[in-house]
Amino acid sequence: MSFINYSSREINCKIVYYGPGLCGKTTNLQFIYNKTNPDLKGKMISLATETERTLFFDFLPLALGQIRGFKTRFHLYTVPGQVFYDASRKLILKGVDGVVFVADSQIERMEANLESMDNLRINLREQGYELEKVPFVVQYNKRDLPNAAPLDELRRQLNPLAVPDFEACATTGKGVFETLKAVAKNVLSDLKRLSR
Amino acid sequence: MMDTQLVMYEEDYKKILGIIQRLVRDANAKGVFVVDKNGQLVAEAGEVRGIDSTSLASLCAGSIAATSGLAKLIGEEDFPVHFHQGVKDNLHVTLVARRMILVVIFDDRSSLGLVRLRVKKGGAELARVFEEIQKKAEADSAAGGAGSPFAEITDDDIDNLFSD
Repeated sequence: MSFINYSSREINCKIVYYGPGLCGKTTNLQFIYNKTNPDLKGKMISLATETERTLFFDFLPLALGQIRGFKTRFHLYTVPGQVFYDASRKLILKGVDGVVFVADSQIERMEANLESMDNLRINLREQGYELEKVPFVVQYNKRDLPNAAPLDELRRQLNPLAVPDFEACATTGKGVFETLKAVAKNVLSDLKRLSR
Repeated sequence: MMDTQLVMYEEDYKKILGIIQRLVRDANAKGVFVVDKNGQLVAEAGEVRGIDSTSLASLCAGSIAATSGLAKLIGEEDFPVHFHQGVKDNLHVTLVARRMILVVIFDDRSSLGLVRLRVKKGGAELARVFEEIQKKAEADSAAGGAGSPFAEITDDDIDNLFSD
């Protein structure tokens, strides 16, 4: 849920990166963090285990520029992907303005992708949102791996709503900013639609 | 359906700032922050310059969300007051009006008892302001979002933001 502050002339929005364990959600945020001008970003926080698996969330505040004199700030969050952290995932979805689903393209992770997508739908519903109505984009990550499933197959299984989708390799950054821009644009368009 | 969007006008901000500036003085606190439950910083007062307030807001919201989940597990609605004791500095965190988080940082110039007492009064004043904000937001929402700066933006405005 966005926060419009007339006093500081800022609009703040929350974007959540969702997806199965080890699909590259944190890597997306790390790439954005490393490639963003220091003036436009805040500190990246990772609440992770000793083995660097996300325990609660990663957080990255980002400024994107101005619209009609209002600074637009996006707060990017990741959820822990591992199945047993479901309680934490629910908490992080609270007040979300837009969702990125990061899919792991590896053919053997298809089931994990589908399970995570179902979990996203259920957890959003618990918060009173419908996936069909939330600004939503899909990223097919790890396209560089030899065991990546064909794009058509991923699309058929994971993007029946035909939302904007992107091929990516988060370690090199391919597709990372395209995904972010698409979801941010969707969020702003949605706010515009709701204010009419 | 999504919750009502939080819209804060200049006059609301001034009221909030006035309350928390007074709380800093009355509680002998180092600093006071108001954060919304989604992790957005609303206002700050006191000696807060060296503190990364954006991170503080996000972590406080995460902490409140996690402890609220814990409360529900044991059959409580919420844990509305949290106290974190450090070697030099301490954090006193309270839920206000179910949607806002009031964070007070204090050291040995103050005491937990004093902070609790002053937070009770300041928190009640803040709750009244947030109720007004909520009523305004609901009225705006019923009027079709007239209070939103988005009512006037165009697709071009959004596209321009992303033109490198």
